[in-house]
Amino acid sequence: MPQEYRLILKHADEPGYTPDLECYLRHGGYETLKKALAIAPKTLADGKTVSGPEQIRDDVKLSGLRGRGGAGFSCGLKWSFVDRRSGKPIYLICNADESEPGTFKDRQILHKDPHQMIEGMIISCFANDVKLAYIYIRGEFPEGARILNRALSEARAKNFLGKNILGSGYDLEIHVHRGAGAYICGEETGMIESLEGKRAYPRIKPPYFPAILGLYQCPTIVNNVETLCNVKHVVAMGGAEFSKLGTPNNTGTRIVSVSGHVKKPGYYEVEVGKATIGQLINDFAGGLRDGRKLKAVIPGGSSAKVFKAGEKFKLKKKGPDGKDIEQEVDMLDLPYDFDSLMAAGSMSGSGALIIMDDSTDIVEALANLSEFYAHESCGQCTPCREGSLWMSKALHRLTHGEGRKQDADYLVKIADNIPGGRTICAFGEACSWPVQSFVAKFKDEFVAKGEADEARRAAQNSGAGPTAELKIAASPQH
Amino acid sequence: MSFSVPAKLEAEIDELITHYPQKRSASLMLLHAVQEHFGYISKDAVEWIAAKLELQPINVYELVTFYPMFRQQPAGKYVLKVCRTLSCHLGGSHKLHEHFCQKLGLDSHGHGLQTTKDGKFSVEFVECLASCGTAPVMMCNEEFFEGVSNEKADQILEKCK
Repeated sequence: MPQEYRLILKHADEPGYTPDLECYLRHGGYETLKKALAIAPKTLADGKTVSGPEQIRDDVKLSGLRGRGGAGFSCGLKWSFVDRRSGKPIYLICNADESEPGTFKDRQILHKDPHQMIEGMIISCFANDVKLAYIYIRGEFPEGARILNRALSEARAKNFLGKNILGSGYDLEIHVHRGAGAYICGEETGMIESLEGKRAYPRIKPPYFPAILGLYQCPTIVNNVETLCNVKHVVAMGGAEFSKLGTPNNTGTRIVSVSGHVKKPGYYEVEVGKATIGQLINDFAGGLRDGRKLKAVIPGGSSAKVFKAGEKFKLKKKGPDGKDIEQEVDMLDLPYDFDSLMAAGSMSGSGALIIMDDSTDIVEALANLSEFYAHESCGQCTPCREGSLWMSKALHRLTHGEGRKQDADYLVKIADNIPGGRTICAFGEACSWPVQSFVAKFKDEFVAKGEADEARRAAQNSGAGPTAELKIAASPQH
Repeated sequence: MSFSVPAKLEAEIDELITHYPQKRSASLMLLHAVQEHFGYISKDAVEWIAAKLELQPINVYELVTFYPMFRQQPAGKYVLKVCRTLSCHLGGSHKLHEHFCQKLGLDSHGHGLQTTKDGKFSVEFVECLASCGTAPVMMCNEEFFEGVSNEKADQILEKCK
């Protein structure tokens, strides 16, 4: 059985470990920053000089670190897109919006070990010549914002922040910016708009790639809390060493949030790909409640496509002779990493598993998620604004005795017409994927509910045609 | 204008504005500061913030109507925010919301903010509070509570004097 590998959360839950600077320093805090600032320029064989910051960027690329926020995009590559020739300032924003339902890992870091994230952030800023950076923390974390502000002042007092950091000649200021309850702020261009003091309407790409036209139309890097913590460890141990953690192309550790119907819900840090979904559920999270059977798993935060218990996937694997062989894998035996889940048609997203046992009303579960998306659509693009609401209304009537048997097909029809380039941002996908996958994999339950409602209404109307009297009165009144 | 901001709050606001190269960026932080002090964002507050940031009132008002945490009417002295989203739903958040509503004489079908007649409590269903492993979770003003059973809910109410 795989064990937890605590790299980011090494100290967070130790008794007596506190979020203040003194405690962090006692545990070797800010030593990596000192190391980073002291990296000497290197002269290559061809006479080219590579500066310290450039060496850090190369190292992050070498480490194979992928973003821990949702998309799993290579951090080194993201940094390499930054326009460094524009002469404009470069900004960095730490995405501490943690708003994907099912995810609660950044909460642990922010509340228990804020200095680790700040150190990773300072190193990342140094590597990218950033002079001003922001931590965008969700409004629902007021205590987190206070902890961060306190941590930042402590860091400032010790000159880990501010002018001429530790005599290196490098200046950096970091401020905390609070969101106000909008999920869409987790989308990086929405976050940038929000930080500019506007509604969090995501921007269209091209041309507004943050690396080129981000905050105040300047090059901007947006990285997740956990990603920035990882940067610290990449620099501390070296990119090559870091890349030995986890599995090829899925390096490092990942803090997996497990919630729902398990005995021990919680966060478990494991080497990426070293534990399967089944092991995370049964070995780490204590398995299902007694007498219950698994029904479904949402593997990467609420937007990820759902897996049905017993589902099998054909995955390509390297055989002993180096050739690809196709192998049938049960959903529970999928290694929990970026690539395997993508190959299985879903994603590891923000690293959050939501487990549902056989007591779950799957239609209600989807209705719950669709209500979330209808509430959170920013309203900019018609397919998403209207579609998310229509889906929520249809699911509301299905869960309130007003369903129709064709609702299942109706839901899929709407969901199919939202994503795929019809919307500015990926929220279109995020609100459609749950509907598409839930209905595809549990269609009988949706149809049965609709049919039962129709039959009941027909009996009530005694004599009238089965659906002639159907009134679609129910719509969300929330 | 009848709206006046105490000197201490204004000093805090002036400091916040210095965090940004462009004043407009401070709008969310100013709205938070004003709502924390006054309990809600009044029309006068919108105009005051707009003037402070050299914006049109609509630039501020559109934020109040967009971001769920800002409200245009006063709420109860204690605002109970119960997480509604899936993991908490699986963990019993609807029962918890219903429990509060029944205890306080509010409509458990209403998901939006509802306030008791005496103005002491508001109950609201909110979206994911990011602590899905300890469902159901809730906030009472700025204080956060995990694994809230009905008994624990009663204790929370009890503490609100």
